[in-house]
Parts: sequence; C-alpha cells; structure tokens
Amino acid sequence: MNTTLSINGKSYTVDVQDDMPLLWVIRDIIGLTGTKFGCGVSQCGACSILINGALTKSCSKPVSYAVEKEIFTIEGSSENLEYLREAWNDGNVPQCGYCQSGQLIAATFLLDETENPSDEDIDKAMSGNICRCGTYTRIKKAIHKAVVLKNETI
Amino acid sequence: MSKVQQINRRDFVKLFGLASGGILLGCNVSSDKKEFIPQVDGTFTPNLFVQIQKDGNIILLASRSEMGQGIRTSLASAIADELEADWKYITVKQATGNAKYGNQNTDGSRSVRTLLEPMRKMGATAKMMLIAAAAKKWNIAEADCKAENHFILNKNTNDKIFFGDLVDEATKIKIPSEESIKLKKNEDFKYIGKTLKSVDLKDFTHGTATYGIDVRIPNMKFAAIARCPVTFGSVKSFDDSSARKVAGVEKIIQLDRIVPPIGQFFGALGGVAVIANNTWSAFQGKLDLDIEWDYGENESFNSEEFQDKLTKRVHAKGKLVPGNRGNVSAAFNDSKNTIEATYKVPFLAHAPMEVPNATAWFKGDAIDVWAPVQDPQTARAELAHFFQIPLDNITINVTFLGGGFGRKSKSDFVVEAVALSKKIKAPVQVVWTREDDIKHSFYHATSVQYLKGSLSDVGKVTGWLQRVALPSIVSSFKPMSDYASGFELGQGFTNNPYTIDNFRLENAKAESNMRIGWLRSVVHIHSGFGNNCFVDELANAAKIDPVQFHLNLIGEDRIIQGKSEYPYSTKRMKEVLKNTAKISSWGKELPENHGIGIALHYSFYSYVATAVEVSVKNGNVKIENIWTTIDCGLALNKDNIKNQLEGAAIFGMSIALYGEISTKNGAVEQNNFFDYRMTRMKDAPKIHIDIMDKMHEPPTGVGEPGVPVVAPAICNAIFNATGNRLRTLPLISMKV
Repeated sequence: MNTTLSINGKSYTVDVQDDMPLLWVIRDIIGLTGTKFGCGVSQCGACSILINGALTKSCSKPVSYAVEKEIFTIEGSSENLEYLREAWNDGNVPQCGYCQSGQLIAATFLLDETENPSDEDIDKAMSGNICRCGTYTRIKKAIHKAVVLKNETI
Repeated sequence: MSKVQQINRRDFVKLFGLASGGILLGCNVSSDKKEFIPQVDGTFTPNLFVQIQKDGNIILLASRSEMGQGIRTSLASAIADELEADWKYITVKQATGNAKYGNQNTDGSRSVRTLLEPMRKMGATAKMMLIAAAAKKWNIAEADCKAENHFILNKNTNDKIFFGDLVDEATKIKIPSEESIKLKKNEDFKYIGKTLKSVDLKDFTHGTATYGIDVRIPNMKFAAIARCPVTFGSVKSFDDSSARKVAGVEKIIQLDRIVPPIGQFFGALGGVAVIANNTWSAFQGKLDLDIEWDYGENESFNSEEFQDKLTKRVHAKGKLVPGNRGNVSAAFNDSKNTIEATYKVPFLAHAPMEVPNATAWFKGDAIDVWAPVQDPQTARAELAHFFQIPLDNITINVTFLGGGFGRKSKSDFVVEAVALSKKIKAPVQVVWTREDDIKHSFYHATSVQYLKGSLSDVGKVTGWLQRVALPSIVSSFKPMSDYASGFELGQGFTNNPYTIDNFRLENAKAESNMRIGWLRSVVHIHSGFGNNCFVDELANAAKIDPVQFHLNLIGEDRIIQGKSEYPYSTKRMKEVLKNTAKISSWGKELPENHGIGIALHYSFYSYVATAVEVSVKNGNVKIENIWTTIDCGLALNKDNIKNQLEGAAIFGMSIALYGEISTKNGAVEQNNFFDYRMTRMKDAPKIHIDIMDKMHEPPTGVGEPGVPVVAPAICNAIFNATGNRLRTLPLISMKV
C-alpha cells in the first residue's frame, strides 16, 4: 500500500504494510539511517524522532500513525537542534556516538518545550535515552550550554 | 622497532585504496611482542600510514577500531603534533582488517600504549622532509627553517610556504634515517597532553557516521536468526508456515551450528534464519517461527544453583595458586581479630547500544564484509577457515562500532552473515534483536570469592586467604577448562599491591555452561570488587580510617612486577589514592544518611582510585558523587580520558546496581533494557575526574581501568552510610 510521509520537509512515498514501525520505514525503506535501532520496545530512545513536534519512539509507532504529519529526524535542522549541535561539539559529548541521534532529538524536544530547563527538567526529559558509554554528565552540561549559546545570539 | 619508510605509490593505491599522490609514509610496528608480529619477507610491510596531499590535507589510516574510546582522534593527534600540522587538515580513514596493519585487536586498553611512539615518528619524519624541501627552495640551511601550523617558516626572512605547496618537492627528498629523527620535547607539545575534540563529532551529531547496522549494499537482504534459548542447543524441527506469510519475508533457512576448532575462533550458534527485504519483516518472521529445539546438555543449567555450588566450593579448600607467601593458618591462629566474607558477582552481558550485526557478500571465490568488529583480523582468519577462501580474497571493512565493550571482539555475528550470504547467493545483513543480544552473548563470568583475613593488635593485616571460583574465558576455546586460568588470576588476584606476610590464593572449580567472554576490564571486575570490599571490612575491624588503612596495607614504595616494561609501582598507587582522598574531601562531615567509600585498583598498567558518596533514604540508594583519579602515564588526550572515566563510572554503576544475567533451565531470563537495566540520566551522579601529571611516563590503558573500582566503592559507601555490608551484586535485589 502506498503511504506518503513528510520527513524534514521532504515528501516520500513508500509501499509498505501499515503496521511496519516508522523506524524501519525510515531506515530500511527510505534509507535515512541516522535514526537508530537500540531495543525495539521503547526502552532506550535511540530511535527518537519528532512527529508534529512531539517526541516519539519510532520503533513503537506504525507508519500509519505518521500519515499527514510532519516527521523530524536527526538528518533535519532546526534552530534548537543547531544550538545543541554546537554545544555537543563544544563539550566533546559523544563517545561511540550511536545513541547521540536520539539524545539530540530528545534534547531538541526539551528545548522546544522548555526555554531554560533546570537539572531536574533535564533528568526527566532525558531519562528515556540510554547511553551505554555513559556521557550523561556531558549531555546535561551541553543542554545548559545550548541555552547559553541561544541567549547570546538573541 | 618502528622504521618509517616511504611507500611506492602503486603499492599504496593497490594496498590501501587511497588516492595516489603526495607524501606517503608508512612504518612497521611490531613492538607488541606478545601478540601479532607482521611477516617481514624482505620487502617493506608497513602497517601504519600517513599521506600528505597537495592541498595540504593529511590522511591517517587508523588501524584500530573506533568504539567510543576516541582512538581515531588520539592517533591523529600524535602525528599532527610532531608534524606541526593544523588540526583542521587532518582526516582519519579506517583501515580494513588485514595483517598488513599489524595487530588490530582493539581490546586490552592498549592502542595508545603501543602506537604512540611510531605515530610520533611518522609525524616527525614528514616534518623533516617538508623542511628539507623548503630549505632547498629557499637555498638556505634546514636549520634556518621551522614548521609551524601547517607552514614551513624561513627564520631569517619570516617567509613561509604552505605544507601542501611543498609536497611535490618533498617527495623527492630522501627519507631521513631513523637515527636522525628528533621527537619534540614534552613541554613543546601542541596537541599531545592537551584537549582535542573527536575528529568524528560532525558525523556523530548529524546521524551520518556509518555503523555496521547502517551499511547498505545494492540488492542486499536482511536477516534475523532464531537461536536456541539454551547454549549449544540445536533445531529438532520447525514449522515456518506462519513466518512465510509475513510480508517482506523471502526465505527461511536452517543454519547449523558452526563449531570452532579447539583453541581458536568463535564459530556461530546456528538456528533458523529468516531472510527478508527489510529488518522488521525478518524480525516479525522470526517471531512467527514454531521451532522444536533439542536443548542439549546445558538445559539443566540454573545460575542460582550454580552460584550456590560455587559458594560451597570456595568455602572448602581449593587448588593452591603459585605465589603463596608465609603461612596463613598460623597467622589466623595467632590473631585475636579474624574476619571472613563471601562476595558474589553475577553473569553480565555487554549490551552495546548497537546490537551485533554484520553485512556479508559471499562471492564464490571472495568474501566482502562490513561489520562493527573490534578484532577484524580474527574475523578474517575465521572466515578463511570456515569457508575455505584464501585470506587475500577476504575483505573486512571496519565500520564505526556503536559500543563494543568486548562483545564485538567475538565475530560470531560475522560468521552468521557469511554463512547466510553463501546460502542465498546475495549480500545480506544479519541484525540481532536486543533480546538476541541479551540472551546469546559471550557472558562476563559470574564469580564467588571467599576471603579471610587476620589483624594484629595494632591493626596490621597479618594473613590473607582468598578463594576464587569463576568460569574461565578459556572454556570458550577449550572445553573442560574448569578453573580460572593464570592470565585471569593475574588480573588483580595474584598481583594486588598489598604488603602481607602470609598470603594464600586458591582456585576453585567453576565449569562453563554458557559462552564466556570478556567485558570491559574483564576479571578486574571480580578482583577489584573482592579486594576493595574486604580491605574496607578489615579497616572497619581494625578501627582505622579506610584511606589510611589502604595506605598502610600498600606499605613501602616498591615495584611489584620488576621485569615488566611497565613496572607496577606502589608509590603511584598511593599517589592516586591520596589524590582521590583530597579531591573528595575525604574525612569531611557528610549530611545525614550520606556515606562515602573508597576503592583502588591497578589494571592495564594504569592506577585508579575512586571515592563514591551515596545517600540512602527509605532503603533507596542514590549515588551522589564519584571522584576518580587516574595515573595513565602520558595523558595523550586529556578530555578524551576524562570522558572515558566519566563513562567508566556510569558503566561501573550499571554493574553495581542493576547488571544481572540469570538462567533457568539453561535459558537466560532477561530480555531487554526493562529487565537488564542500565544507568540513566536521572541516576547519574556528579562525576569528578582528575588525571595525574605523568607526562614523562609511558602512556598506559584508559578505556577499562575506571570500571573495577566503582562497585566496591559504592558498597563501601553504603556501609559507611548505613552499617550494612552488601556483598552480592547487583545491589538492586538487596535490602539496604
């Protein structure tokens, strides 16, 4: 069945079964491999994307869920994501890097919702994303830094 | 040991697939004598490479796998420093798996330790050639030239020429002799010992780094494999009628177990493979298989019973391990103050964020593989053995690794992919589900230790008896290896830093019913846990502050392994301990319900001491602060080392608090991150890392040494807060 998806402002028409999770449509059918597989059961956040601005674990939502909605992935760009990228860069955050797509998407959602998050806000927003390398300290610092970078620019 | 040479252009292109041109340098590293030594057959066989192109770009071929430890950046920084290069012109390419690169096995925290000097020499050689070229151009003495930030400067006139513009001329310069290479003084380092950002940051933050699971080959298929829940069980029969109906599923194939020959390789477990045109269909098809298994001889394996069995064994006399000193029985008899304790660690899985996966294309007379492997050469040799293809026709393209931690040293997933590609005559990517990863790992061994110690009237340790039972890694290569091996006991059991006159170590039987492997810091996890918890118990029995007690126990400055290239110095051990005590304000008054604990350990030639502050409320433990000091000799990239140790603190917390693989009727009970839990952001403490300034000592391990100290420091802190001794990991199942 043909389904049309809008990802990062670009339109893709795919022929897949309705119940295929978005993660696999995005990775295997469309070929955007920045969104990662980690657990398949909404436990690790590696597959995080935004759907109409809402943080979503793409491993656990079927493709049908995203029809006529706007999907945002790590291949995309937004004001908050760019500040976060800069802050990730400043703080030399990643180790293996694998979970960082999901971390950055979750952090983008946090900044989209909360202008200046506290440590507690960050704990709450980011605890759905596992980093096995253990870069949490740096991620937290980088989120605060992104806010500083943003405020400096304005 | 590492002669730098110029490479013939044609060879370079042929061998390494890099564009020709520019200055091509290689050198041969065979210093890691214990391991692989490249064949030298009269011709030059370099295994480290650097290329300086006409546009000024410098390309380094990284021979070690990148799995988050920052090796690509560290290696590049050494060359760039000696070469006086501008960091922005440095690019790192990943080498394929091939013996021509020397030992590529990325484990044992050894890459920097073995590669730093050759990397520096290559950088220095290239710089000398560029200087010679500039001197010739200006018709001045080489001594009147110097390299600075990607230019050669004329000291007399301040004229300068860009590196790239000197490349043509420099290639005509005779390569300087090894004796003439002058390395920089430590105080002149620009990158080494400083903070450099990862060369891969941009890719990591844009989702453009290619991990194994991201590899896409035209016409490739995707595969998932149902493996027997019990280790080494096999397929009796199966019904695939439902699986075949799943949209996207194309083929179902039975895969027999590939048994490794004794003493080497990993083989593959076998099972039933579902081939599909996308990953999800393969996963779904696998769930729909109805398989009857022959569970085999491991069906009766229950990990809880096994731990009880090991406990009984360490409570009886074991096999004496060489290195016995004095007479512990006499020491115990003479003491009015003896204590004993039993410590337990469960089986653990690595659970890297990127599950095991590999893409393979069996082409009849050749094999191409793309995979996240820590040890591409073993993978390659294994494929040559099992598939009878000449080594030269096998290419292992090493992708980024989404975490390794030892799991990706074992290339069973590569063997699976090749076996399937051979059967379906097409390229195929095998992807493990997270459940596959948790249920079919090469597990970190469980262990039980019994310790008994005696104290003199003034609180000196007079006797130390330690009995250890842990299934050996060797059992994965040689069946019936039922005792921990010498190399395993050498990881912290036979070589603790303590001064004890009467010392006895015994080894108890521990058979294997699962595949046993190595996990970040390996047997040091057991020795670091037992040693540090027990010393804390002795300190308490002696009524002496634990830091002071550790210092007393280590005793005089001395060298423990005198013959080693990296002598084990008790002085350096005490220095990190004192430093950690200082940065953690050891001894200060803590808030109510808070406690602090300390642990120290020597591993991979590095010295680490960690203090942990916990708070305990209503039986819930929260880790508040972790302070770690490392002495790793020359600190090549300080921020990367900090990052590694911060990560080790979190990794160690996961082991201490949550990590447990258990089996019932031979099958692993855990499934995914909901029951094999990891430390998360909300659990993460404040982490403080200090690196000792030891720039004149050789560099030693960084990736692993931060792990073994964390669990014991947490347990000691909980005791300090509550008076409860916790001796069994993980702590989540314990009442605090």
